[in-house]
Amino acid sequence: MIRARVTVTLKNGVLDPQGKAIEGALSALGFGDVAAVRQGKVFDIEMEGSDRARAAAELKAMCEKLLANTVIEDYAVEIG
Amino acid sequence: MTAAVIVFPGLNRERDMIAALTRISGRQPSVVWHAESELPAADLYVIPGGFSYGDYLRAGAIAARSPVIAALRRRAAEGRLVLGVCNGFQILTEAGMLPGVLMRNAGLRFVCRQVRLVVENAGTAFTRHYEKGQVLRCPVAHHDGNYFADAETLRRIEGNGQVVFRYALGTNPNGSLNDIAGIVNEAGNVMGMMPHPENLIEPAHGGTDGRALFESALEAA
Repeated sequence: MIRARVTVTLKNGVLDPQGKAIEGALSALGFGDVAAVRQGKVFDIEMEGSDRARAAAELKAMCEKLLANTVIEDYAVEIG
Repeated sequence: MTAAVIVFPGLNRERDMIAALTRISGRQPSVVWHAESELPAADLYVIPGGFSYGDYLRAGAIAARSPVIAALRRRAAEGRLVLGVCNGFQILTEAGMLPGVLMRNAGLRFVCRQVRLVVENAGTAFTRHYEKGQVLRCPVAHHDGNYFADAETLRRIEGNGQVVFRYALGTNPNGSLNDIAGIVNEAGNVMGMMPHPENLIEPAHGGTDGRALFESALEAA
C-alpha cells in the first residue's frame, strides 16, 4: 500500500476571499502576528501496489484531471 | 428545433429550464441523465443550474468528468448550440469547454437577487434578438459566480468579443473580473452565464427579459 498526500493551493495572484476572511477572524481572536492566510485542500490517498514511480505518475494525472483546477490552483504530491 | 436538457444529481433548476424551453419552442425538450454516454440529436443542449454533486471539490468539477460531458463535447464540435446556466456555466468551465473558472463570491455570501445585465455582444446565436448595449433585468442565485481568468485569457476573450453579458455598473454581485456575467467559446456555439434567463420569460415572472435569449437560440438552431 502506498500512502500519498496531495496538497492543492491557489496560485499566487489569485484572490482568496475565504483565506482573507480567516485572516480577519484570526486577527479578531488576537493573533496579531498573522500577516496572511491562504486556504487550500489536502487529499490523503491510499493506493494499491508498491510501485512508487507508477503511483507518482498516477497521482500527477489525478491532479491534472480532477483534484486541481490548474487555471487557478497549484498542486504538490508527497508519497509517504 | 429540438432541445435537450442534461440533468446531474443535485441540480434543482431543470424544471424551470424545461418549462421555459417548452413554452418558447412549443416542444418538450428531451431530458438526459448524466450517466448516458450518448446524447440524442438536438439543436440546443442545455445544462441548468443547481448544485451537482453538492458542489463537492469545486462547483461543477465532478459533473464535468461524467460520461455525458464527453458526448456533449462531441456535439459541440459538430457545431450544435450548448448553453450552461449557473451550475451549467461552472460545469462548462470545469470541462474546459469555456475559458476561466467561477470562484467563491468575493463577498463570501450566497447572492439571490435581481441584477442588471448589459448585452456586450448581440451577434451570437444566443443574443441576436437583443441589441448591443441593451440592459436586461435578470435574477442571479449563486455562491460561486466570481469569474476569474488569467490576464492573457481575459485579454483574448475581451478581444474576440467572447464576453456576451456584463453586470451593469454597480450591480456586480460576486466580484467577477471585468463584471463578466456570461461568455461564449471562440466558435460562438457554447455559452455559459451565471444569471437565470429561464426565470424571466413570462409576465407572471415579473418580466420577460430572458425570453429573447431562448428565441435567438431556437431561431439560430
